Amino acid sequence: MSQRVLLNSKEVNIILHRLACQLIENHNDFSNTALIGLQPRGKFLASRLAKILKEDYKIKNLNYGDLDITFFRDDFRRGDKPLEANQTNINFIVEDKNVVFVDDVLYTGRSIRAALTAIQSFGRPNHIELLTLIDRRFSRHLPIQPDYRGRQVDAINKEKVIVNWKENEGEDVVYLINK
Amino acid sequence: MSELSVNHLLGIKYLNKADIKLIFETADQFKEVINRPIKKVPSLRDITIANLFFENSTRTKLSFELAEKRLSADVINFSAAQSSVKKGETLIDTVNNILSMKVDMVVMRHPSPGAGIFLSKHINASIVNAGDGAHEHPTQALLDSYSIREALGSVKDKNVVIVGDILHSRVALSNIYALKLQGANVMVCGPKTLLPKYIKDLGVEVETNLRKALNWCDVANMLRVQNERMDISYFPSTREYAQQFGINKTLLDSLDKKITIMHPGPINRGVEITSDVADSNQSIILNQVENGVAIRMAVIYLLASKIRK
Repeated sequence: MSQRVLLNSKEVNIILHRLACQLIENHNDFSNTALIGLQPRGKFLASRLAKILKEDYKIKNLNYGDLDITFFRDDFRRGDKPLEANQTNINFIVEDKNVVFVDDVLYTGRSIRAALTAIQSFGRPNHIELLTLIDRRFSRHLPIQPDYRGRQVDAINKEKVIVNWKENEGEDVVYLINK
Repeated sequence: MSELSVNHLLGIKYLNKADIKLIFETADQFKEVINRPIKKVPSLRDITIANLFFENSTRTKLSFELAEKRLSADVINFSAAQSSVKKGETLIDTVNNILSMKVDMVVMRHPSPGAGIFLSKHINASIVNAGDGAHEHPTQALLDSYSIREALGSVKDKNVVIVGDILHSRVALSNIYALKLQGANVMVCGPKTLLPKYIKDLGVEVETNLRKALNWCDVANMLRVQNERMDISYFPSTREYAQQFGINKTLLDSLDKKITIMHPGPINRGVEITSDVADSNQSIILNQVENGVAIRMAVIYLLASKIRK
């Protein structure tokens, strides 16, 4: 098993600020926008972006929540291990809002497909966009592409992209692991 | 990642501590789901569940059916009153006929203790025991513990008294197993005729004075007197039972501390519990009903995830 660093902490930080600016460009004051982090790993990215938007760009009234997609996945009973659920925290209705899904790595696109169904339990959004830190090009199973991407990588199937966060693993770093 | 240690939910006796923890943590997520504007998830869309009720039930049946539908399973219902059971068909034949229609899971209530265990040895489907005679009612015990955990933060080290007809109660036995497994202290209280002889062997305390029992406990689970299972008289009159073992507001207010009141339903108002107690803010009876759906969703989801394609 070998691993190499795709992004170090400085690069992650630059990318986060760029993504925040791109969001502001399209969503102005965020009055009708909701940032939704996809559980389990997207919530770290979403909370970091929310922090940057609030502290560095003075965005007030940011709607921000976490969505768990476990019960909407299409691989129930297909893997060896049962799917374990995580918490959903959405204390607002997304009816007519502009929703931005936030996830760390976009790979097959199946999680996003599940999220598109799951979010309907909270109303009918006006518009849904997708933001990912890492976009694994050429590995999609479904016609899904990000609207905002941190870094595009070409990783083959037996490789894995791991995103570590300061809050959780002690360091902001993205690895490409060859199994 | 964790999964249940069992393929069927036949009784709490067959579960371990980790199973209960997993069921509760999954139920937490389903409780959030059933409070959404749209309360349905598609997880079990390729699973078919048969609800076989060989004994009357309203709330348990509704609760199971709702849980199954919220998980998007296909549901078929069967009640013995309108079936071939009346024509002399055996249990295995009835169930095998239903399973030939490609059913993945069976939820069964049956008047005979051990019916679920018997069935699990003969058929190829996951079985959820929804009450077998006076033996076990595992989902009720799970939702009771879950409600205690919700109201008091945890079950461990809490004093729980189960009051009433322990002899005929499957809820009592399942609750005793579940509470002991989670480290609670359990006491049973009722007329001596309704307390089984060797109940102490299960590690519970026995008390026949209701006031003493209530002063000891944090939670009182009031059971219904199961007249339908009594072939002889176990106490002189309902009025006398209500006076000795029924809980009323005066008694509740005169206790040393504020206790939590539970009841598995259906309530005989004025017998084991008076209306002002059942509807008071110390009662969590309706929370139990709500939690019942979340717990059953969790149990069905976790068992279904073990059914292989």
